[in-house]
Amino acid sequence: MIKTDVVIVGAGPTGLFCAHQLGIIGLKCEIVDNLDKIGGQCIELYPDKPIYDIPAVPECTGEELTNNLIKQIKPFNFKFHLNDRVQELREENESWIVKTTNGKEFNTPNVVIAGGVGSFEPRKFPTKSAEKFDGKTVLYSIKDKSIFKDKSVAIFGGGDSALDWAIELSSTSKVSLIHRRDEFRGAPASVQKIKELSEKNKISLFTKYSIKDVKGNGSLEEVEIKSEEGESKTIKADYVLGFFGLIMQLGPIAEWGLNLDKKTIPVNTENFETNKKGIFAIGDICTYPGKLKLILSGFHEGALAARGCFKHARPNEKYRFEFTTASNTIKDRLGVK
Amino acid sequence: MAKIKYIEHNGKEHVVEVQNGLTVMEGAVQNDIPGIDADCGGSMSCATCHVYVKEDWYDKLPKKEMGEDDMIDQAFEPNSSSRLSCQIMVSDDLDGLSVYMPEKQV
Repeated sequence: MIKTDVVIVGAGPTGLFCAHQLGIIGLKCEIVDNLDKIGGQCIELYPDKPIYDIPAVPECTGEELTNNLIKQIKPFNFKFHLNDRVQELREENESWIVKTTNGKEFNTPNVVIAGGVGSFEPRKFPTKSAEKFDGKTVLYSIKDKSIFKDKSVAIFGGGDSALDWAIELSSTSKVSLIHRRDEFRGAPASVQKIKELSEKNKISLFTKYSIKDVKGNGSLEEVEIKSEEGESKTIKADYVLGFFGLIMQLGPIAEWGLNLDKKTIPVNTENFETNKKGIFAIGDICTYPGKLKLILSGFHEGALAARGCFKHARPNEKYRFEFTTASNTIKDRLGVK
Repeated sequence: MAKIKYIEHNGKEHVVEVQNGLTVMEGAVQNDIPGIDADCGGSMSCATCHVYVKEDWYDKLPKKEMGEDDMIDQAFEPNSSSRLSCQIMVSDDLDGLSVYMPEKQV
């Protein structure tokens, strides 16, 4: 059990800046994110897209913004728990027990939900029949590529993940690549390579097809694909892989007893606390009259939520407002003279 | 201003007037029409505002810009009549447009 002042759910820009504000006022925090990297939507959806509305930063990419925020909280040495997701919140003796999917447990008076639109999950096949093979022979990510050796693998998708794996596995497996249109969105070099492999019959390429059904008695045997005109084909497959990118799902947050408005959490605008004491929501996931889904709003919300956390984490102390330009205490925390 | 008909997967129809300059996605969200999620808020990053547009209207709409088809690849059951409603800008020319929603936005 890790004891801390605040658990932040979500390592996007809002969560990161809230961590900074907690560090400035002398609180400790632990940050949990479902992705394998820090940055949230900025890094997952638009690392290369320029952002033009960060105050005093005329232009920066999602990746640059993330790197600067990481640099800004470096002095505080906060711990990140990536590839993990907060699953359960339970109240116990005026504090919160927070459990993650990987079995970590935190004991904290405050939880700040900075979860964006939820956690990123792979998009799955629309076919119901794929569900019973999910995680066994119908996969959306690859952990151990050796399982595909000498097997038939049907790969669906047109982006880099689909192309890269089709190329990689074509040397040791019988690969079919299926995509709904003629054009691929992957890197031009990969697209070229796929065409070459297809001409040499190293992979079977099916364009303008999508999945119709997966079949097998017990284990997966074949996958049926269909064209828009209704024509279908059957391909032998021991494994079916789908690479359709990620989707954001609210996930377990919906089960924590918080008031919800569609996919957002109503908060007060004084400290961004939810209907539960000690649970705060900031950034895209929170809502209040006039809410703007901008990164800069998330920064403001995080600063106020941090002060809200102080009350629960240090009930016997009075919070003193200080400027970073003038306070020696803050300079000590930042490790600057 | 254009009158737009949003047709849910179960056949339920919603007809609303949408101001010029808004997108078809915004027309749905602002009028609380179910079936269009628009998780990313219209930045063409999520494919959860996916709609089908029948042929007669499909050809009249402004053409898809770069990147829209890449996102549609990731939508639920896309086909050749698929569009992202956040990329369709409303103008007087769109008066009478019907858009059909997929079974779900995933």
